[in-house]
Amino acid sequence: MQVGLQHYLAVSMLLFSLGLIGVISRRNVLVIYMSLELMLNAANLALVSFSWFNHNLDGQILVFFIITVAAAEVSVGLALIVALFRKRRSAHVEDLTSMKL
Amino acid sequence: MPAFPDILFYVFAALTLICGALVVANPFSRSPVTSAMFLVLTIISMAGLFVLLHAFFLAAVQIIVYAGAVIVLFLFVIMLLDLKEEERRKIKLLGLVGGLISVGAILSIFFKALATVKATADPATKPLEGDTHSLGMLLFNHYALPFEVVSVLLLVAMIGVILLSKRNLE
Repeated sequence: MQVGLQHYLAVSMLLFSLGLIGVISRRNVLVIYMSLELMLNAANLALVSFSWFNHNLDGQILVFFIITVAAAEVSVGLALIVALFRKRRSAHVEDLTSMKL
Repeated sequence: MPAFPDILFYVFAALTLICGALVVANPFSRSPVTSAMFLVLTIISMAGLFVLLHAFFLAAVQIIVYAGAVIVLFLFVIMLLDLKEEERRKIKLLGLVGGLISVGAILSIFFKALATVKATADPATKPLEGDTHSLGMLLFNHYALPFEVVSVLLLVAMIGVILLSKRNLE
């Protein structure tokens, strides 16, 4: 069977769901961040496959911007995690409940 | 006998999904370092998928930026924090049910969307190359303003990180 748009979208969909499961179920802030990266990558894969099957390069430009923004987001997020760790000595989400009512 | 690129697609897709699953839930190790290493493998096999879609420039950027910069940043932070192994805590019933419901809902939406995908024209009839030349022409002709805005965004992120990682924030 010829590999088509559906196959790439199915891979992207499964990867996104894996990332979502990770964000919900893991308790370590760093691993949650890695799962977020997984979800962003799934979106990138969907955009690149749409770009290829629609003969349009705009999707790849969008992926380029997503990669840039993701790099900025990771750097800021990791700096926040380091600052948080200095204050609380923990990187577990269950120890970070000071905003809970 | 399927064509060679199709076999490559299945190989890379299986690698991506297996390594992605091992990032999220590794039965042998709960250490964040293992997750980061499997994230590298996921990203490299995804770069292989990009090459199959003729997005050569993005495949290179994916490896350089993600596998090179982002993962190294993750590993630096993991070693800086000196984390203990994530112990198995009791999973709360409410969290489990909420997670399963949300994942199931999103998956059902995706399956609905996937069923409506029409079989598109064969891209080989009008090939489109995502190489550096064509991508650069488009980026600097049509997308010059977003490109500059993104560079400002990177500057802002850099300033923010420097400010956040100062030892005494007053």
